[in-house]
Amino acid sequence: MTPTPLKFYQIGSFAVGNRLVTADERSNQSDPERTNALTSGHRACQGCGEALGARYALDMAMRATNDQIIAVNATGCLEVFSTPYPESSWRIAWLHSLFGNAPAVASGVAAALRAKGKTDIRVVGQGGDGASVDIGFGALSGMFERNDDVLYICYDNEAYMNTGVQRSGATPPAARTATTQAVGETPGNVFGQGKFLPRIAMAHEIPYVATASISDLRDLEAKVLRAMEFRGARYLHIFVPCPLGWGSASCDTIKIARLATQSGLFPLFEAVNGELITSTPIRKKVQVEEYLKLQGRYAHLFSPTRRDDVIANLQRIADRNIDRYNLMGAE
Amino acid sequence: MLKQVEGSRAVAEVVAACRPEVICAYPISPQTHIVEGLSQLVKNGDLLGCEFINVESEFSAMSVAIGASATGARTYTATASQGLLYMVEAVYNASGLGLPIVMTIANRAIGGPINIWNDHSDSMSQRDSGWIQLYAESNQEAVDLHVQAFRIAEEMSLPVMVCMDGFILTHAFEEIDIPTQDEVGAYLPTFRPRQVLDPGDPVSIGAMVGPEAFMEVKYMAHARMIESADHIARAAIDFKEAFGRDSGGLVRSYKIERAQTVVIALGSILGTLKDLIDQMQDEGISIGVVGITSFRPFPVNELRDALKNCKRVIVLEKAFQTGIGGIVTEDVDRSLRGLGVERSTLIAGLGGRPISTQSLRSYLVKAIDSGVEELTFLDLEIDTVESELARERNSR
Ligand SMILES: Cc1ncc(C[n+]2csc(CCOP(=O)(O)OP(=O)(O)O)c2C)c(N)n1
Ligand code: SF4
Ligand SMILES: [Mg+2]
Repeated sequence: MTPTPLKFYQIGSFAVGNRLVTADERSNQSDPERTNALTSGHRACQGCGEALGARYALDMAMRATNDQIIAVNATGCLEVFSTPYPESSWRIAWLHSLFGNAPAVASGVAAALRAKGKTDIRVVGQGGDGASVDIGFGALSGMFERNDDVLYICYDNEAYMNTGVQRSGATPPAARTATTQAVGETPGNVFGQGKFLPRIAMAHEIPYVATASISDLRDLEAKVLRAMEFRGARYLHIFVPCPLGWGSASCDTIKIARLATQSGLFPLFEAVNGELITSTPIRKKVQVEEYLKLQGRYAHLFSPTRRDDVIANLQRIADRNIDRYNLMGAE
Repeated sequence: MLKQVEGSRAVAEVVAACRPEVICAYPISPQTHIVEGLSQLVKNGDLLGCEFINVESEFSAMSVAIGASATGARTYTATASQGLLYMVEAVYNASGLGLPIVMTIANRAIGGPINIWNDHSDSMSQRDSGWIQLYAESNQEAVDLHVQAFRIAEEMSLPVMVCMDGFILTHAFEEIDIPTQDEVGAYLPTFRPRQVLDPGDPVSIGAMVGPEAFMEVKYMAHARMIESADHIARAAIDFKEAFGRDSGGLVRSYKIERAQTVVIALGSILGTLKDLIDQMQDEGISIGVVGITSFRPFPVNELRDALKNCKRVIVLEKAFQTGIGGIVTEDVDRSLRGLGVERSTLIAGLGGRPISTQSLRSYLVKAIDSGVEELTFLDLEIDTVESELARERNSR
């Protein structure tokens, strides 16, 4: 496939921490030879974390496989904004079937490739948090349990965005969605519910599980590359803020993602065969409040009356993650 | 090769002879023996180049089939009853994407109340799903229809359901001629998918289609289904030439020349009916049978042709639409439009209720002698039902 010309100089692409890096250390995106899985012109909102995450992840998957990939997409924002017939932003072989079956469809693609002896072609399944943690959960668990040769990527924006921001099993406590409104005695989503799919994936003891964030795109790329080194079921859970659903400024998408990892609310780690092997230490710890106050979905925690009790409970979740994943890098 | 085998085993062997590349299934009675047989054949190395995938639900079974078929693999699955309902969303998706998957339906009733025995309510519920539906009269025909199904599916780029009566056929042992792989190979060309997922020539499949094109897409599906009728007929003619047997096709008439009464039915009950019609004709009663093999596409004209000279049509159905009546009936009425033929419907065999020749016979005799109501439920315990209904009414 012909490379897509870089359209602008991407600051940071050639540099890490204000130092130029050698060609082999540069990001895939900064490479003028890199191919694009998802081209521009799609209909995502400005500042959409999912669009950014998908492009980085799949471009890297293309590089890792010499463009030999097939992607299977669940229904959701990514699918809808990329393929309004007769247009498509995908430059790779791409299939959308349903909301709840992407992992199984991906298994089918992998099975066909195995039957045909075309195992040089690799399969990526992808969907939102709703598609992955809720409606497609059984199919995903089945794909994991059979250890089918599929990399499944969940783009976690913590709600059903495509249908207008309703709660999913990945919506965090206290967050306002259209079905967990900021009204009543416990405004927003309730505490004590929800699930963190990466840990469930680890329980399947599949070869590779990792979390990534669009605030650290080099890390994201590295994890896709690493995932493609394994055969069998692999799971990548990417944190992708959604300005529309979260009530945040489009220009704050990356910043919010960074605050999520730097507060401990979203831990970055890798696990091999069910065992945690690395976690990315927090560079500069921030309080969860810094993260919360940029988002309209948490506005009810700050006005009309400040809810210190709720903020403290959210802080406890971040602190527990810091402990659990050793995010302060303590020995 | 002639063999004394169970219907399910015969289907497993003939499916294997069709050289599928991906088989995926989830167990449900009375389909289980088919997929058990196939899993054994694959595991044993009798089916090289074929993947057998054990999934965690029927929804995933059809979804795996969708992925495999879109990647250009000849793909097979089987289910029944609750399993078919569990996969419905993916059933429609497979036809919408034009994927030539072949699926056996081991026909079984739908609960509640849960019931594992035979009727046609499962496949009839998928009447409008965009799949071709073929109904087998015997195990021999079930076997033959699978060979034809792969050919029709792949020619049309449409999925096909081969419906065979659960237990009555799936679990019956009889002598069956199972085509060998070489014989099938001469009849069934290599699968050349219309559209395929290929990194060398990347396409996007399954885009979101809005109001500006959706009607056209759906109309094309309709037109393709209508066109498939010719291919179904052709597949049967070529099959006869290759295998020497009459199997498949659109409709099959039995002794209808000059018959005043014609019974229409689908599936294994046709055997019972033919025996009965032989007896009744011997007694001088003017009666014949038409079997519908292809329920989708519905052979409106072929059926009209077969019925144009009779006086009375009786549609025997193993399923019905609650609150109105027969399902097949609606389509038969379309064939009869303007012919002035009388039509009544007999619902029989629900949930495995045996359809005895005796009961059938008295219904038919009554229909001919004094007439019957538009809708009859064969052997219904009417007293029990009436008293229960009265009790319910009184407690409302
Ligand atoms: C079976 C079914 N139920 C519901 C829907 C409606 N639906 C489409 S996308 C979607 C939400 C998608 O949420 P998520 O997977 O988190 O992706 P996002 O849009 O947030 O990226 C829903 C509920 C559907 N298409 N199919
Ligand atoms: S609603 Fe959110 S996830 Fe969907 S396109 Fe807009 S920003 Fe992206
Ligand atoms: Mg979401």
